[in-house]
Amino acid sequence: MEKRFDVAVVGGGAVGCAIARELCRYEQSVVLLEKESDVARGTSGRNSGVVHAGFNNPPGSLAARLCVEGCAGFATVCRELGVPYSSTGKLVVALEPEDAPALERLLAQGRQGGVPELELWTPRQTRAREPGIASCGALWSGSTGITNPILYTVALAENAQANGAEIILDFAVDAVDRAGDGFILRAGERALGADFVVNAAGLYADRVAALAGDENYRIYPCRGEYLVLDKQAAALLRTPVYPVPRPGVGGLGVHLTPTVDGNILIGPSAEYIDSRADTGTTAAVIERLWEEALRLLPALAQSRVVTAYAGLRSKTVPAGAQNFGDFIVEHSRATPNLINLAGIESPGLTASLPLARLVCRLLSEKKPLKLKADFRPERQRGEEFRSSPPERRRAMAAADPAAREIVCRCETVTRREILTALDNPLGVRSLTGIKVRSRAMTGRCQGGYCQQRLAATLRDEYGVRPEDIRLDGREAWVFTGEVK
Amino acid sequence: MRGEKIFRADVAVIGGGPAGLAAAAAARAAGAERVLVLEREPLAGGILNQCIHDGFGLVRFGEALTGPEYAGRFLRAAEERGVDIRTRTMTLELTAERRLRTLGPRGYETAEAGAVILAMGCRERTRGAIQIPGARPAGVFTAGVAQYYLNRQNMMIGRRALIVGSGDVGLIMARRLTLEGARVLAVVEKLPYAGGLARNVVQCLEDYDIPLLLNHTVTRIEGERRVERVTVARVDEAGRAVPGTERVWACDTVVLSVGLIPENELALQAGAEISPLTGGAVVNGDLQTSIPGVFACGNALHVHDLVDHVSAEAETAGQSAAAFIRAGTAARAEDRLIPIRPGAGVRYVVPFFLRPGARSLISLRVKEPMSRRRIEVRAGGRVLAARKFPRLTPAEMVRLTLREPAPPETETVEVMISDD
Ligand SMILES: Cc1cc2nc3c(=O)[nH]c(=O)nc-3n(C[C@H](O)[C@H](O)[C@H](O)COP(=O)(O)OP(=O)(O)OC[C@H]3O[C@@H](n4cnc5c(N)ncnc54)[C@H](O)[C@@H]3O)c2cc1C
Ligand SMILES: Cc1cc2nc3c(=O)[nH]c(=O)nc-3n(C[C@H](O)[C@H](O)[C@H](O)COP(=O)(O)OP(=O)(O)OC[C@H]3O[C@@H](n4cnc5c(N)ncnc54)[C@H](O)[C@@H]3O)c2cc1C
Repeated sequence: MEKRFDVAVVGGGAVGCAIARELCRYEQSVVLLEKESDVARGTSGRNSGVVHAGFNNPPGSLAARLCVEGCAGFATVCRELGVPYSSTGKLVVALEPEDAPALERLLAQGRQGGVPELELWTPRQTRAREPGIASCGALWSGSTGITNPILYTVALAENAQANGAEIILDFAVDAVDRAGDGFILRAGERALGADFVVNAAGLYADRVAALAGDENYRIYPCRGEYLVLDKQAAALLRTPVYPVPRPGVGGLGVHLTPTVDGNILIGPSAEYIDSRADTGTTAAVIERLWEEALRLLPALAQSRVVTAYAGLRSKTVPAGAQNFGDFIVEHSRATPNLINLAGIESPGLTASLPLARLVCRLLSEKKPLKLKADFRPERQRGEEFRSSPPERRRAMAAADPAAREIVCRCETVTRREILTALDNPLGVRSLTGIKVRSRAMTGRCQGGYCQQRLAATLRDEYGVRPEDIRLDGREAWVFTGEVK
Repeated sequence: MRGEKIFRADVAVIGGGPAGLAAAAAARAAGAERVLVLEREPLAGGILNQCIHDGFGLVRFGEALTGPEYAGRFLRAAEERGVDIRTRTMTLELTAERRLRTLGPRGYETAEAGAVILAMGCRERTRGAIQIPGARPAGVFTAGVAQYYLNRQNMMIGRRALIVGSGDVGLIMARRLTLEGARVLAVVEKLPYAGGLARNVVQCLEDYDIPLLLNHTVTRIEGERRVERVTVARVDEAGRAVPGTERVWACDTVVLSVGLIPENELALQAGAEISPLTGGAVVNGDLQTSIPGVFACGNALHVHDLVDHVSAEAETAGQSAAAFIRAGTAARAEDRLIPIRPGAGVRYVVPFFLRPGARSLISLRVKEPMSRRRIEVRAGGRVLAARKFPRLTPAEMVRLTLREPAPPETETVEVMISDD
């Protein structure tokens, strides 16, 4: 007999992990199933990391409401979970005088939706905040912030796990069979049972629903490419800066976003594509990203790129459609005991916890949910050498030999931090898994210095054979073996 | 910082590669007492520790040594001179007042040095920096990383490889991978000539029938998990891919040898002026940076192709550092400096300034390959140095010693290339 759970969540993105964590507040058994070898490998690891205020979506829409709610609580949750968050505010700038009415429209839309701290700024006020930006005025949003979306998702998963959820990686659900009122979920030879299924599979939400007999959805992937700039450019920008959104382009426009780690992002583009897996970048878009970025901030011309990436929006409206695709969160109309989430594109990161609470409410319509007395929302975060003051650094080094060695020189990551990342509660051992948890390999040398050290640690201290070392995912081998 | 212990040194050398070791030994020989080498690796020797092929030391010792053998000689020389070599010790901060913060077996420490020598070497340009489009699967390595995996860790990185860029390390890795049983499909180079030394093109590619595709570039990397395919296209004179010339190569590995960048985070932190031409500090003939008492040498100053030249340059830096602590800061600040101007066809010249009366060594690289030329170093009407070259390529650094120093009244010194 396969193991049984009260609820199975399919998809380890920000939304699925938030749902798993919120479900753990109640007396029930929860499992989260993720097809990749880590959480946050889908769209949740490939976005702008902006905690949106909520003025971009039509007032009254689910997206607008949950975004405002998510934004209001985000800083607190990040503190609870030990995730970096920075309250940066945000500027939507009018580059041409014709853009000014659009700012007024956004302001009105935001106010109607209850978004706090919105103001129209003069060019001078804007320049005082961001001296490099030449604008004809801007909309200032004081409640917008930034986070590290990967660490946020990892933290949610770890906290869910600490509160009793089982997190199963490398479990690509390929069949959802009915068994009585519940389900058997399968991945190859493996199977487990669940009374309820929550489908939070992002780009694959339509497919997972279809596996369970619900053919009511269709997802259209829309790619957004980014460039990541060297930290040397950090001083040029402290606030996310967006152009006025153009209708029908499928995104908010190419913007500039400082990250919590001190880089600047340029992007994203918006391009409907056929593949749900093609997160590659293209020469034509990279060129356009630069053009648009320099229109916003000409001083970026001298800055260097450290890497590029792309994320896919899971749209429910096809290319060219003018209608707004709102978040869909509902009981399946075809299959009992299945809750589907679809079209969770931006601001899905911001809204992830409100979405999760909504799922709990839907679930409570089907079965009684009883609060657990011992739910612990807090998660400890390891101490960072890089951001510690000198006295602290000295104490860390004095107390711990592993804190006396820098493994990643670009981001100043100690051996202790690498070991902490390697001993992560989800048991992820890929190079990318260490990277996202420690920041090793993310700096300007892109692992030129540290990746050999990570590989050696895996081999010599964790007993992983070279041919079993993975960059990310099961087929992402790095070595064929030992040199003969 | 309360309770902080500060240790003092006459000369602190950051980086214990061939440059740092030679500089430290020379500083001791020139009279500096307490000379420290701060090296982050467990073993000093720098990048040479992963260069197990031979060919090092031909200029300096008239012998073909392996990298570790060459480094070993300088390590012993430094130890015999009483240099204090602190391994596993990374320098994390440097100020213009020559205060350093280091992390190592002794903890997180602060040092104050009479003079500092920057000898941090270089790092490799990455895929991100040259913005190759496409997916980001496993199997894309820079050549130095690939070399480290094979030579230091005994780990093999793939079966079918394409090498992108024809720098020396890439050429050497083409041969190394072939010898280890991998199939190296080609070396793709954007420019009309190889980036590495002619001898490496012959010994590493031609001898193994590995094609060198000049005027070609990579336009796309594909592969969901591991590299599966790479698209290569011809480029036009402006370096842009020519549509219709694409060819797809099935491979599982891409090795990038697309340039080395002097490692200068610390120099920037301290506020030293960095040259956009070399990526290293702007120095005078004594190899002093724009910060008094801070010197630079080796690949941290400008990327070298032969370690023999690194050692010679580093000795100058060591001697200058020793002279600086003898003379003190004030004595040097007033010196008038004569700028050196690279003439047509010259990519860069190190040093950037000369002191009147000093007989410096000049290093330079040309912009493109040329043959039968004469290089002259001129101060007004006077020729300070001149030499004929049957062939000049950007891959090969040119070194000239001034026959006579620049006269005190010189406005600028020029380095000119003319037909021979
Ligand atoms: C370019 C871009 C920029 C964005 N910027 C922002 C922003 O700044 N702020 C913001 O709030 N939002 C932003 N978003 C939106 C946000 O990223 C998404 O709304 C959010 O990440 C969606 O999370 P998710 O968990 O639904 O999807 P995902 O993160 O894609 O998670 C779905 C998971 O399901 C897994 N899965 C799929 N099929 C199966 C299966 N059969 N079995 C097991 N597992 C499966 C996948 O592997 C994946 O991990 C942006 C989105 C994009 C594309
Ligand atoms: C991959 C590669 C292969 C090469 N192969 C050849 C070859 O075959 N033949 C040849 O003649 N030349 C070769 N070269 C050229 C070679 O760079 C030079 O000959 C020589 O090694 C440069 O010496 P260096 O001391 O300046 O730099 P490096 O040898 O790079 O030494 C720099 C040292 O500084 C240390 N360091 C850096 N920053 C810090 C810090 N903050 N704190 C403490 N320590 C620090 C590093 O760990 C390193 O040990 C190669 C270069 C590279 C990059």
